[in-house]
Amino acid sequence: MDSKKVDLSLLDGVLNEYAQVKGSLITILQHTQDIYGYLPKEAIELISEKTGIATSEIMGVGTFYTQFRFEPVGKYLIMLCQGTACHVNSSELILQTIKDELGIDDGQTTEDGLFSLKCVACLGCCSLSPVMMINEDTYGSLTPDKTKKILKELREAAQ
Amino acid sequence: MRIVIGQGSCGIAAGAEKVRKALLNTNINKDDISITGCIGMCYLEPIVDIYDDNNKVTRLVQVSENDAETIAQFVESGDKSLLDKLIVSDEDSEFLTKQTRIALRNCGILNPEKIDEYIGAGGYEAIKKALTEMTPEEVIDVVKTSGIGGRGGAGFPTWFKWNAARSSEGEEKYLICNADEGDPGAFMDRAVIESDPHNLIEGMLIGAYAIGAKHAVVYVRAEYPLAIKRLKKAIEQAKEKGLIGNNIFGTDFSCDFMIKAGAGAFVCGEETALIESLEGHRGMPRLKPPFPAQSGFWRKPSNINNVETFANIAWIINNGGEAFAAMGTEGSKGTKVFAVTGKVKRSGLVEIPMGKTLRDVIFDIGGGMKTDKDFKAVQMGGPSGGCIPAELIDTVIDYKALGATGAIMGSGGMVVMDESTCMVGMAKFFLDFTAKESCGKCIHCRIGTKRMLEMLERITKGEGKEGDIELLEELCYSIKDGALCGLGQTAPNPVLTTIKYFRDEYEAHIKDKKCPAGECSDLIEYKIDADKCKGCTLCARNCPVNAISGTVKNPHVIDTDKCIKCGKCYTVCKFGAVVKE
Repeated sequence: MDSKKVDLSLLDGVLNEYAQVKGSLITILQHTQDIYGYLPKEAIELISEKTGIATSEIMGVGTFYTQFRFEPVGKYLIMLCQGTACHVNSSELILQTIKDELGIDDGQTTEDGLFSLKCVACLGCCSLSPVMMINEDTYGSLTPDKTKKILKELREAAQ
Repeated sequence: MRIVIGQGSCGIAAGAEKVRKALLNTNINKDDISITGCIGMCYLEPIVDIYDDNNKVTRLVQVSENDAETIAQFVESGDKSLLDKLIVSDEDSEFLTKQTRIALRNCGILNPEKIDEYIGAGGYEAIKKALTEMTPEEVIDVVKTSGIGGRGGAGFPTWFKWNAARSSEGEEKYLICNADEGDPGAFMDRAVIESDPHNLIEGMLIGAYAIGAKHAVVYVRAEYPLAIKRLKKAIEQAKEKGLIGNNIFGTDFSCDFMIKAGAGAFVCGEETALIESLEGHRGMPRLKPPFPAQSGFWRKPSNINNVETFANIAWIINNGGEAFAAMGTEGSKGTKVFAVTGKVKRSGLVEIPMGKTLRDVIFDIGGGMKTDKDFKAVQMGGPSGGCIPAELIDTVIDYKALGATGAIMGSGGMVVMDESTCMVGMAKFFLDFTAKESCGKCIHCRIGTKRMLEMLERITKGEGKEGDIELLEELCYSIKDGALCGLGQTAPNPVLTTIKYFRDEYEAHIKDKKCPAGECSDLIEYKIDADKCKGCTLCARNCPVNAISGTVKNPHVIDTDKCIKCGKCYTVCKFGAVVKE
């Protein structure tokens, strides 16, 4: 995404509501990410200006929590669960399958901007392990073949 | 007749929403179709309960959207034989009938999005009783009699914390609920919030009254969007009924509620780190003392309890402390909820009185292993806990007894493992987790976990050295001594317990360069058993590096020099001819 296209006016509502409420930095960052899909540099600078919190501190908080991203993500964000039950039920095989199929590593996005891969802590659907979430949908009891099929279907749907 | 669909996160992930939509498209009266939260039999999701006019329930399991028409036909004709294939078996029904549900008493029964159902089931009677008939001290006394300890894992007496916060000076106090359920493999708290949010609110109101707080805060993991949505709705409904706000039940007790979503940091389950996060900072633990009871959120007296603790409180006020204390053991009272998962046949939520054994949970209720392999160990307490081996399966569920094994009661995650799980790999898995989640404040935790992880990685790659086990143990104890908070102090537990009970497995990795469980890919070789191989060529066609040769209907051979040990042949072989050595 071209950084020039970041429309900062989208943040007005959030900043009007929370900028002067103490302790709201994480809430503001969460709303910002909901709007842009990540935390753009320009938005961080504006948040700093409106809240009086130094950009260094905002970056400190932003980088501390795994939820926050500083780069745009693909159309499909794959969150692969790394919980204990998934580990015991061979989530490693699923990770390898996704890496092989998409040619990306944890934290990366495919060149066509379609898929991003993120390994996450337990999603809490342990009885369906191994599990992944793609955007809002959860996929359980994965096998390498099932995973490949899901990725193929999404790729076709996007075309 | 009512048709109720279980819609916790697990149920929805398994397809419950599709089933609901399909049912809405049939002739069934739409007003008769409703939802409930997590029924707890996660392995049988999606679940549909049909209540007849006498409130007798017929439970259907593993329902798909294609079954909607069949259900509609049954509703019209009353012919139960139509449902034969869907009705839960007697054996599976025992999964629930063998439990004693207090914290989960409404889960899977009430509609979590309707306050009237909760009130109809006797909800908000306990807070009314507390406010109109009891002093805060009397409430604390009842909680003391119940003997309930913190269900987040440590089991610290709840009344003691409440009393300390009540005794602290200051007009402004906070009551905080820790719903930052971070242990991988644990989902009890999520189920309570998604399925019975009003029970949590009522427990928190009672706690707030007891300590004298006017503000209640729930800190929920961001990974639980459905829990946040339902809790928000429940708070709105409670406000409309005057159960949250000013002068509740016409008394001078007032309390407001706020939800804060976490942003993904395991350390925020530690209470002082949670407070830092609530204030919008990096979630790094504070030095104790002062304890939160003296100086917590915004440096005001604060009390923090776990979701499951609060979920028991209304029941305790309604039924008396003695009734709760009648269950359990000398040192551990009441019930405990466990999220039973892994290689167990029946996975889901299990609430049982303390004093039962691990065998009761895993074999009697959980049905034993889902694979044909033997039970090897159970992991309790997540990254802070440990692995309890098969020979200790009769250990009683009690804070002390479980602590004596080197594991902990923990928040309730119970991950069952069979012989195919490598225990060194398990230790590595948890160290990878804690090394990533260490906040970095204390050097021992920050660097120590990283060094331990590196050693475990070496060992699982076959590069272990003589003396590695001793060095690991030494590091474990220095991290325990040198860390400020619970995360660091308990991070070595998975390593210590696996060394204690599975030392031979570590030695096999280090000395013989073998992984007895056959999980560490660097230490195993794939071979084809010529007697079992039918020559179907499936493995050869799936091998990404063309390491398998052979002709149709003749046994195939793996070239071990070319093999990259991806395991693909092992998973695709239909005859069990590919073996790990």
